[in-house]
Amino acid sequence: MLTIDGVGKTFFPGSVNERRALTDLDLRLDEGDFVTVIGSNGAGKSTLLNAIAGRIGVDTGRIDIDGTTVNRLPEHRRARYVGRVFQDPMAGTAPDLTIEQNLSLALLRGERRGLGRGVTKKRRERFVEELRSLELGLEDRLKAKVGLLSGGQRQALSLLMAGFTRPRILLLDEHTAALDPQRAALVTSLTGSIVAQGGLTTLMVTHNMQQAIALGNRLIMMHEGRIVFEADDAAKRKLTVEALMAEFGKVKGASFDDRAMLG
Amino acid sequence: MIGAVELGLLYGVMALGVYLTFRVLRFPDLTVDGSFTTGAAVAASMIVAGQSPVLATLAGAGAGLVAGVVTGLLHTKGHIDGLLAGILTMIALWSVNLRIMGGANVPLLREDTLMTPLRDADLLGGTWLGALAFLGGVLVLKLLVDWFLATDLGLAIQATGNNKQMIKSLGVDTDFTTILTLALSNGLVGLCGALVAQYQGFADISMGIGLILVGLASVILGQAVLGQRVIFMASLAVVLGAVLYRIIIYVALQVGLNPNDMKAVTAALVVAALLLPRWGPLKRVPSWRDLRGGRANGRAAAPVAEDAPAPAQKEA
Ligand SMILES: Nc1ncnc2c1ncn2[C@@H]1O[C@H](COP(=O)(O)OP(=O)(O)OP(=O)(O)O)[C@@H](O)[C@H]1O
Ligand SMILES: [Mg+2]
Repeated sequence: MLTIDGVGKTFFPGSVNERRALTDLDLRLDEGDFVTVIGSNGAGKSTLLNAIAGRIGVDTGRIDIDGTTVNRLPEHRRARYVGRVFQDPMAGTAPDLTIEQNLSLALLRGERRGLGRGVTKKRRERFVEELRSLELGLEDRLKAKVGLLSGGQRQALSLLMAGFTRPRILLLDEHTAALDPQRAALVTSLTGSIVAQGGLTTLMVTHNMQQAIALGNRLIMMHEGRIVFEADDAAKRKLTVEALMAEFGKVKGASFDDRAMLG
Repeated sequence: MIGAVELGLLYGVMALGVYLTFRVLRFPDLTVDGSFTTGAAVAASMIVAGQSPVLATLAGAGAGLVAGVVTGLLHTKGHIDGLLAGILTMIALWSVNLRIMGGANVPLLREDTLMTPLRDADLLGGTWLGALAFLGGVLVLKLLVDWFLATDLGLAIQATGNNKQMIKSLGVDTDFTTILTLALSNGLVGLCGALVAQYQGFADISMGIGLILVGLASVILGQAVLGQRVIFMASLAVVLGAVLYRIIIYVALQVGLNPNDMKAVTAALVVAALLLPRWGPLKRVPSWRDLRGGRANGRAAAPVAEDAPAPAQKEA
């Protein structure tokens, strides 16, 4: 489904600001895999997602989606494979457009857009149905501008927009991090149900260990541009927050040692 | 007065174009000053050369469209700042326009133009019937703009102005939507130039100078009165704004201001329209817009959201 093979990315190479964000990274996702990604700040998690979505180009390696090498495709041409939700609740929707207009935009993910009516009766019926599944009452507010919604509502809508056309891959980047605990819990449970319903192959970045363990069938931990720990389905079932913290401690220690040796 | 309204309705066509870039795409496009004259120059030259006025007018619109494409290409493919891209095209068009006209102006005095039938029937200037005809024409264009913005492609254009990253992640080539909008906008502006040249009986190299401000004044004035919450009202507002603007200029001239002062009056009008709503006492005067539900980020927004407000954006 998704194959990442030896991908590397360095920002500002050769300058004092040089930053190695991804180092020779390999990752394979099979159809229906739901992988949670954890790691410290600056570990390269967002960079990995940006590289898959095509927002940034990579220096080395190959990214295949569904057997197609997408390295050279610009972001907008990868959109038909990739749905995304960002950390910022404002990022995934157009605030001055209505809920139904936003959904219409998302419905045509990756398709040609012509002079047909944007919001038709038939589409509206579908939107009502989809929105009902969020249980936020948004189905009664189709004509409300999205800018009027709260962060949690917008993020739920973003999630629906990213997933309801069943993209080959769903990328979630700390999409609950900017919400208060109650809304975060709501969006987390919606994530579970939308992914399960669509059978979506998913990569989800989170800082919440509990969430990383609770959701998905695989887990990876990143540090300094590499995957430093991986748990498959069986291993993940047995994972605890304490065990994860211990793994975290190990890599932190290692990097500290590395630096000490270099110094 | 009737003349001012007629002129205002004609300039409403340009205001619709400026609305597309300035409000919908949120692109400050200065091409307008040049493409307006280009439309006029092309239409006037073709009419003088004996072409049919309809064809000449359409060609004027087409020339404006091309100018918009140039600005769009400079900005999207050349990564030149939007303001600068527009200025570059505008300045270059000065030379192009002189070439097209073969001089600084082209008189249309005894030529057959789109206005000839109206003039022959004595409908212009003296009666409101000419204005009514113009109103019909500009409303048709306004409805076309409304329709277009509600299509799948039009929604993608609106989203390009509203949240570019988001619409890119949904598979829209925002370079394309940007160029297309600039093309359509300047096409309308060129069309307006062609019509104005025929209305006033000549095309002139300096007829477009400062026009972007006239466009902005129309958009801001009109939307201050009618609001911009739904597209139907927003586009109606810019046409109304164009008429209002001409009436204000007409009144300014009537009270004895010099025609040469009109550029300063226009600039002052835009500054006032931009600043006044932000100043103390005036802020509390509810405009029609507020009474009718407010805008997305206006004060009226708070009670509508039932949920906790979104926290400020954190750095990713
Ligand atoms: N667009 C960019 N330009 C320059 N440097 C960048 C850019 N994006 C990321 N980086 C750098 O790459 C490294 C990895 O950043 P990335 O955003 O991928 O981390 P992250 O794991 O998502 O961290 P966080 O948990 O803080 O979101 C960091 O050192 C960061 O400064
Ligand atoms: Mg990140």
